[in-house]
Amino acid sequence: MTHRPWERAGTWLLRALTYAMAAGVVYVLGEIVVRGLPVIDLEFLTAAPREGGLAGGIFPAIVGTLWLVVGTALVSLPLGMGAAIYFSEYARDSRWSRWLRTGVITLAGIPSIVFGLFGLGLFVIFLGFGASVLAGSLTLAFMILPVIIVASEEALRTVPQAYREASLALGATRWQTIRHAVLPYALPGMLTGSILGIGRAAGETAPILFTVAAFYLPDLPSSVFDQVMALPYHLFILATQHPDPAARPMQYGTALVLVALVLGVNAVAIVARARFRRRYRS
Amino acid sequence: MTQPQRDESAAARRGEPQAQQPTAPPRTKIEVERLSFWYGDKQVLHEIDLRIPERGVTALIGPSGCGKSTFLRTLNRMNEIIEGTRHSGSVRLDGQEIYDRSVDVVALRKRVGMVFQRPNPFPKSIFDNVAYGPRIHGERNRRRLAEIVERSLRRAALWDEVKDRLGDSALALSGGQQQRLCIARALATEPEVLLMDEPASALDPKATGAIEDLIYELRSGYTILIVTHNMQQAARVSERTAFFYEGRLIEYGPTEQIFTRPREQRTEDYVTGRFG
Amino acid sequence: MSRRTDGGPRRRLAEGGIRALLLVLASTATLVVVLIFLFLAREGLPALERLSPEQLLSRRWQPTSESAPSFGLLPLLAGSGLVTALATLIALPFGVGGAVYLASFARAREREILKPVIELVAAVPSVVLGFFGIVTVGPALKQLLGLQTSLNALTGACVLAFMAIPTILTIAEDALRAVPRAHREAALALGASPWQASWSVVVPAALPGIGAAVMLGIGRVIGETMAVMMCTGNAAIITCDPTESVRTMTATIAAEMGEVVYGGLHYRVLFLIGLLLLSITLVVNLLAQRWVRASVGGRGS
Repeated sequence: MTHRPWERAGTWLLRALTYAMAAGVVYVLGEIVVRGLPVIDLEFLTAAPREGGLAGGIFPAIVGTLWLVVGTALVSLPLGMGAAIYFSEYARDSRWSRWLRTGVITLAGIPSIVFGLFGLGLFVIFLGFGASVLAGSLTLAFMILPVIIVASEEALRTVPQAYREASLALGATRWQTIRHAVLPYALPGMLTGSILGIGRAAGETAPILFTVAAFYLPDLPSSVFDQVMALPYHLFILATQHPDPAARPMQYGTALVLVALVLGVNAVAIVARARFRRRYRS
Repeated sequence: MTQPQRDESAAARRGEPQAQQPTAPPRTKIEVERLSFWYGDKQVLHEIDLRIPERGVTALIGPSGCGKSTFLRTLNRMNEIIEGTRHSGSVRLDGQEIYDRSVDVVALRKRVGMVFQRPNPFPKSIFDNVAYGPRIHGERNRRRLAEIVERSLRRAALWDEVKDRLGDSALALSGGQQQRLCIARALATEPEVLLMDEPASALDPKATGAIEDLIYELRSGYTILIVTHNMQQAARVSERTAFFYEGRLIEYGPTEQIFTRPREQRTEDYVTGRFG
Repeated sequence: MSRRTDGGPRRRLAEGGIRALLLVLASTATLVVVLIFLFLAREGLPALERLSPEQLLSRRWQPTSESAPSFGLLPLLAGSGLVTALATLIALPFGVGGAVYLASFARAREREILKPVIELVAAVPSVVLGFFGIVTVGPALKQLLGLQTSLNALTGACVLAFMAIPTILTIAEDALRAVPRAHREAALALGASPWQASWSVVVPAALPGIGAAVMLGIGRVIGETMAVMMCTGNAAIITCDPTESVRTMTATIAAEMGEVVYGGLHYRVLFLIGLLLLSITLVVNLLAQRWVRASVGGRGS
């Protein structure tokens, strides 16, 4: 087989592009870890920010983000998993169900800032929730709804059709079949897939800009109608308000905590899913 | 085997089994009339007429794609779970139309059990597999469940092999044991009819023998229909055989007659192995 | 029949109830899409009654000017257009080239490591990448090219491209791998080199899928907010010079919505921009889905 020189050069170019991208990823994450790690100590994780964020910690932002994550999960999980069950187990290939599916795909393509506007218009102003955990969580929940639906449907598809047939043939109803012969085997996969979506919500800034995020609020929230600080927004403020190098450590530290939170959630989900799949196959 | 009667081609075409017990003619359990079935635009069953008497084993044979499995699945309406299917004609169970709007498909499937081609136990314990049906139908009493499980496993000739490990996963059983477990699971809802879709095709000869023995044992208590591509198997286990070809019922009669003196050329070609 | 029936009608009612409930849940996504359109239109469209087309198409975006506020959208459209085009140009070779490399040339082990590493970007919040653009990419480009400012269209485009590459790469690679092996093997058997087999047979066959991948990448770039707002410098001017500072539609909404009077003209125009942005991304995604369907259809036959 003849390998012309330019073919070999071309292959090397493709290889270089791919490795460059991978190296970029490693570099970005490496920088954040290496520069962020020295900043992180007990005070950083447990104190409120001082001096406009240049000193103290990021505790209120961590707590705020956790509130948002929990709120988002509480809204989006039942909605998304229920919708996935409908699409996977009930929907037939009708015009109506195609419309509903198109809705899911369309929702997935809507920019996050548009969700921010929507949350502002509907939850903050029209429904009168004000800027609050409730408004922010609802906005984030609707944004990640397609992720949860798609992930849950995928998990439902991995349950062998034979289980459904066996159950139906024994005289079980649709719902009994889902409840006893499908969900027990799909649920771990549905949950881990959904966690990936929720992890994404934890890192989003644009949807919470106008719906919940507070610039500086050392007090922790006491109800879902309170505003909170949030990690991504706090990083945004630190990065844009303090161009001077003196602010770098706090910025890297915040970035590291945020990345660790999002990637940590994802990693747990991915490991759990891999384990679940392996056990399932055997 | 019952003796076939002579010269009943007219009856054969009407789809009546010619084997008549000299004493007390058996009641008709399932009566199929002009049944046609479509997947989308594709017609896979053409005006099937067939009468299955109560109890005993009826084998459905024919080359693959001839509609025998589809036909089997029309009898407990399992075809309905596939999209874009429709049917015409009638299927009566004990004289009652099963496609009637008033019929509860759940109650129907409780009466008409099914065993699939590949063993498909749930990834649950042996006990929970057999108890699945009774639990679905509202049985909560542990003692009664245990009785049902034991009775069903005994009928499926599996009890002695698994009685000490009912809590083990059903997936740990061999293929043949899994299939007998699936039969036990089907028996646990106390069906009157048992549909078997090539129940031994995924099994080795020894396990196949065990399944065939089991079918032979069950014939006195249940109306059994078995789809098989294995003609020796049909000859071994069934009293009546129906030969399907390209979505049509070609011939139906006592198994011995179908295999030794078929009336139709296509039946003869098939049973003598000239095609299929 | 002496068998117990399980309270047929009641059970059927419960079954119907559960089905209806799940149908409602499944309709939520579609309902939200409709609500988003309604609310953006409700808040944004009144701006059209107070501003003439000439005003909206003017070249001046100075909404907070005391003397003569001006709401010309052209600079924002130009800013979004420039940044999107640049980011796409940068992302294309990496995304498509990387996909071809991983699908056709990489060893299995290599692929198993590179792909997840690159896909890790999707899990990094955009605000973190924006921050990285400010502290690393911007200053590096400034020094490298001798620029006036580190925050400009090019810096923003680089960060955006970084975010779009995994999207393009993953979907394009899936499309390439979906091309039946037999195609490639047939070409190889005819004496084509692996390089020729890839570019003359595999890539053309996967073209709809690659097109969809690029469109989805572009859709992501147009809608991206935080990284752009942080890295592009936010000057509302019309320029084709990548080293100048520009302002995109998304950044305008994010930066200014916090300071407007609810219900005021500025507020309404920002919602109008949101409506415009939504329409653009929907069209882009619709095109992408056409191609996805085309590629899936081709695969099925």
